[in-house]
Amino acid sequence: MSKAALKVRLTREHCRTLLHQMLRVRRFEEKCAELYTQEKIRGFLHLYIGQEAVATGVMQALGPEDAVVATYREHGHALLKGVSAEAIMAEMYGKQEGCSRGRGGSMHLFDARTRFYGGNAIVAGGLPIAVGLALADKLAGRQRVTACFFGEGAAAEGEFHESLNLAALWRLPVLFVCENNLYAMGTALDLSESETSIAAKAACYRIGSETVDGMDVVAVEVAARRAIAALQEAGAPQFLECRTYRFRAHSMYDPQLYRTKDEVEQWKERGPIKRFQEWALASGELHANDVHEIEKEVALEVAQAVAVAEAGTWEPVEHLLRHVGAEQRI
Amino acid sequence: MTQVSYREAVRGAIRMAMQADERVFLMGEDVGHYGGCYAVSQGLLDEFGPERIRDTPLSESAFTGAGIGAALGGMRPIVEVMTCNFSLLSIDQIMNNAATIRHMSGGQFTVPVVIRMATGGGRQLAAQHSHSLEGWYAHIPGIRVLAPATVEDAAGMLAPALDDPDPVLIFENALLYNDTADVDDAVAVDIDHAVIRREGSDISLITYGGSLGKTLAAAEELAAQDISAEVLDLRILRPLDEAAILATVSKTQRCVIVDEGWRSGSLAAEIMARIIEHAFWTLDAPLARVCSEEVPVPYARHLEEAALPSTEKIVAAALAVLGR
Repeated sequence: MSKAALKVRLTREHCRTLLHQMLRVRRFEEKCAELYTQEKIRGFLHLYIGQEAVATGVMQALGPEDAVVATYREHGHALLKGVSAEAIMAEMYGKQEGCSRGRGGSMHLFDARTRFYGGNAIVAGGLPIAVGLALADKLAGRQRVTACFFGEGAAAEGEFHESLNLAALWRLPVLFVCENNLYAMGTALDLSESETSIAAKAACYRIGSETVDGMDVVAVEVAARRAIAALQEAGAPQFLECRTYRFRAHSMYDPQLYRTKDEVEQWKERGPIKRFQEWALASGELHANDVHEIEKEVALEVAQAVAVAEAGTWEPVEHLLRHVGAEQRI
Repeated sequence: MTQVSYREAVRGAIRMAMQADERVFLMGEDVGHYGGCYAVSQGLLDEFGPERIRDTPLSESAFTGAGIGAALGGMRPIVEVMTCNFSLLSIDQIMNNAATIRHMSGGQFTVPVVIRMATGGGRQLAAQHSHSLEGWYAHIPGIRVLAPATVEDAAGMLAPALDDPDPVLIFENALLYNDTADVDDAVAVDIDHAVIRREGSDISLITYGGSLGKTLAAAEELAAQDISAEVLDLRILRPLDEAAILATVSKTQRCVIVDEGWRSGSLAAEIMARIIEHAFWTLDAPLARVCSEEVPVPYARHLEEAALPSTEKIVAAALAVLGR
């Protein structure tokens, strides 16, 4: 843990929270992978395994009124924003109890109650939406933040640049969070970017930018809290580049021909959960029994989610055309 | 009743909407300090200030997406895209977000954004400023597509478009901005139904937007030859008012469709298909259509005129359908 990290109030309770949240995402997704092989979950399934520290750390700095916009690798973001594991799992199954009533699936989780605005499967497609949500807050005089998560692949899209420019120009309260996992699907960062520092690109737009170790949940939390404070102080967007790595394939269809097993194994050694758990145990913040209890709680939550998804019902086909337009126009 | 131009009618509609609802704001390229590329928003910056008459960078995708996000956030944005040719830079946001978020979210989120853009050729602006792409947008479920062809519609369509809980695209044909008419300030326009602009009994001429004037002129010429043409203005390109289309065709039993889009895969093709599906047995003659020629719209005046629908082409098509 870095010195700066230790400045956070790493109480036993807080350590427990961080580990609990990361494990919720990890175990939920491990279950998803298993259910995918059983063909309970179909379509594309993009797992976040390895990147849990990013969403967990950033979400610590957000309040319930803040909005989140995410990508197609968003199960963790949805869970951590407060969407129930049951509603997410039911959505993966395509059941009408799902958080998008079975219309969205893995890539399009939405939840109005928690202000979770997707679930966008067009790379960089969510950035302008986040800018607009922040613009609405600014015009309405509301003190809220919109956090926008996206991968480093988005930095090659025009919308990334257009959106950063707009947010900076109009001084909008957007926290841009680049989850730089080094591969845009299977294309390595140095094969897709002439400038491999994504934070440097953001800085070009005069946006306060920081690069952080995305495998260190405390470092991410500290950076996110600092960024939100700066955002509120300056009344302008902030940018976090979190250097991270996904341990699993891009999607369940990906044979991973573009990277070596050794590389993956090396990153796993630095895994966010392994690293934090080992540190917390070694420093005495958490005991083995705490970890055991957390695992039990998480297992229960995941099992309950699967049970709800299994017991869920199919939307009647007669409802196919629902939710294309308003049923009753005002 | 006051004499106003189509341009002034749109401006008046924006002003009224902004006075009526704090959540309404206008954003787009040059809408503020320049006064709007077609001078639609001239003067509004002074009246409402830069927060609500918001100049954007040349970033169609981002500001259209920002309009979508602002609508999700509870505002009622009017996004102006200078011409529909440029809207191709924002079609991802329109298609993948505006039109789909309601469905993908299982009805939780709605996107009450209004996106206005100019369309159409006829001003020697060459291919990249002259195309008519409204038919492409009319292909997309989840959005409403309007084509005001008259000053009255230009004045009256914006308010119901802003009231609509779903995304609404308004295509303003650039040749119409200088048209003038007497319009009642409090006009309310129905954005669900097509309208018959001229009654007739021998043949139906179905059209919309910038082609309405040419089509009405064609109906006049046909009248001089003792042919009574009915002119149906679609007004709403999605969802199509199928009942109105079938009613006029069933009445006259002959039909020409006039559409400034290209022929292949055009809105005219869709209308023909629906007539064949539902009113085939009422027809006395094969259907015909007048569309733009299948060429990027050229610069030279004589070539451009030859590419676009014209009154002469409409008259000729009608006479052919009538076997005259």
